[in-house]
Amino acid sequence: MLIVFQLLAVLAIAVAAFFMLRGGGARHQAIRRILMMVFIIAAASSVFLPQIWTKLANLFGVARGADLLLYFLVLTFLGFVATSYRRFRALEGQVTELARRIAIDRAGGPTDVPSGGSPARPTPPIRPGDPPADPPEGPPVEK
Amino acid sequence: MARTWVVVPMLNEATVIAQVVEEVRRAFDFVVCIDDGSTDDSVAQARSAGATVVEHPTNLGQGASLQTGFSFALADPQMTEVVTFDADGQHSVADAKAMVEELRAKNLDVVVGSRFLDDRTEIGGLRKLILKSAARYTRWTTGMALTDAHNGLRVIDRDLLAKIRLRQNRMAHASELIDQIGDLKANWAEYPTHIIYTDYSRSKGQSLLNSVNILVEMLFR
Repeated sequence: MLIVFQLLAVLAIAVAAFFMLRGGGARHQAIRRILMMVFIIAAASSVFLPQIWTKLANLFGVARGADLLLYFLVLTFLGFVATSYRRFRALEGQVTELARRIAIDRAGGPTDVPSGGSPARPTPPIRPGDPPADPPEGPPVEK
Repeated sequence: MARTWVVVPMLNEATVIAQVVEEVRRAFDFVVCIDDGSTDDSVAQARSAGATVVEHPTNLGQGASLQTGFSFALADPQMTEVVTFDADGQHSVADAKAMVEELRAKNLDVVVGSRFLDDRTEIGGLRKLILKSAARYTRWTTGMALTDAHNGLRVIDRDLLAKIRLRQNRMAHASELIDQIGDLKANWAEYPTHIIYTDYSRSKGQSLLNSVNILVEMLFR
């Protein structure tokens, strides 16, 4: 019986990881909240009705209700870690986009560069070459 | 007019950046340094040497710096290819120049540097082993038979660059870049490059332990 519980636990971890690691959105948020609610109810009921948990635990082949609850806690925690990681990565991506936009805007864009950015040395191919090089427009895009 | 932008991600490189930029500017007119929140005067040094500097308002990581450089270069309609070049002076400008010529001559999408194609680069045994394993892993996951998956010197054509989007801000960006190149079925070639391991580049470079971080970041994207 214990092996059944172990298999179920591993399966639950895999399913949770699968859902947490891919996709996001309202449906996943709802699932997360339902799971959280189930966990809260389980935790609260264990305080008042420990014998139910022990019975349930025996059903699965686990000795004590407290142990069963611990397993649930571990599962929930792993789920929490996975979602936090995902959220953190998403947030990091957003911050990066913002910072990148700010950085590039502040630098004034690349087209200002040849004239403004390198006054120390005349850069032959750019200044005089630009206007006549524009109309044909063939060579640069030949690739 | 073909125009090459050299993208140099930098973080606290004030002691060498001016020299590196000057050397690069002898061969390339357009150099952009992406400053990733340096606390020394890297920015002023790079500017004085003639580079355009794009400053991240906060430290984001080297991968993010590269992508910022790519986005910046793509905003220049005349840009035809970019060169990625490390700020610590471990690459040779002559190699970069030759790689750009190779890309144009053979009409390639990307040319990746490799320190293992000839025996110019002197490298420690453990470092070599890890880099070789990384290359083997890359070959296994992307089917690209690279000999050196973590070389900072690359030349990327504009059309390919526009399709690349680096999301790995920190260390795993080198693998991510290769992954995307593989997925896009790009025409690629390797080119033998010389890595100069100075005391400076060694002290700034990646600790070998960092390969653990790279592995974890690759597994949990």
